[in-house]
Amino acid sequence: MDKNFVISVLGMFLVTYVPRFLPVFGLSRVEMPSFIKSFLEYIPVSVLSALLFPAIFLKGNHLFISYKNIFLIASIPTLLVAYKSRKLFSPVIVGIISYILISLAIN
Amino acid sequence: MIVNETKNSINGIKSSFPIVLGYLPIGFAYGILGTKSGFSILQVVALSLFVYAGSAQFIAISLLSSGTNIITLIMTIFIVNLRHFLYSTSLSQYMKKINRKHIPILSFFITDETYAVSITDLKENNEYNEKYFYQLFFISYTTWVISSFIGAMFGSFLNGSVNIGLDFALPAMYIALLLMQISGYRKVFISIFSGLLSISLMYILPGNINVIVSAVIGAGIGGLIDIWTKIS
Repeated sequence: MDKNFVISVLGMFLVTYVPRFLPVFGLSRVEMPSFIKSFLEYIPVSVLSALLFPAIFLKGNHLFISYKNIFLIASIPTLLVAYKSRKLFSPVIVGIISYILISLAIN
Repeated sequence: MIVNETKNSINGIKSSFPIVLGYLPIGFAYGILGTKSGFSILQVVALSLFVYAGSAQFIAISLLSSGTNIITLIMTIFIVNLRHFLYSTSLSQYMKKINRKHIPILSFFITDETYAVSITDLKENNEYNEKYFYQLFFISYTTWVISSFIGAMFGSFLNGSVNIGLDFALPAMYIALLLMQISGYRKVFISIFSGLLSISLMYILPGNINVIVSAVIGAGIGGLIDIWTKIS
């Protein structure tokens, strides 16, 4: 394993562990300002959207809005199942299967 | 395994069952994707052992294989995993009755799934001690590590050209996690805003920095909207 990889893993461990550890260890006694609370509430939604949109709307760094965009089309059934179930497992499976079927249909 | 329990106490082993079901396929998919993206089995498993955060690991694999620099990578993972801060804050009131010496170990195992399951249990029943957490957390963690190891082994045997739809596993997971988080028009608005901002910034900023910047701006605007509407 090369040095850069070890540093990356160590860094990722630290930035993941500290937010898990600090509040249960005692930060809970400090009352957070309401802006910070709100900000943290929105973080999951904003991060996931910032990751998702480029992944499905772009191809090779260019907007690709077309029925030929398999990622975009496969997102539709995935979104519907995710909306209905609000769970992790079934949308992922439906998404993967739709992706395979759509890519077979298009090619 | 010998399990001693009082009658009304919540059982960590029983509660871990839905998590095991969820982690098996996703850990497996992560493992396959990892070795198919050119990482060794050891590297793929190392992420599961030390980072132990599903979506972050998928993201780390895609960032590392596209050659993103370490600082951007770690910043992105930090922002992506900042939600654990919320989980930890919420669990802290329930962990007050547990000896503090367990906290540094137990807190490592807080994930989307272990949080969701434990908070539901703890709200219903207060007959528990650290054993509940150790059982739930250890079984979930072991499942995650082992399923990613099996996936990684499987992936290293797979032919590179096989399309098993795994390219879409990550976007599908983003969609599923997003829909689990979204409630109310404000979050829908922040979601669309951050997503479009992320696309626009991709043209201006180098190497995946768009994700951190748009996530922070999006959540910041959400926080401001909340505060303004509270004041008026």
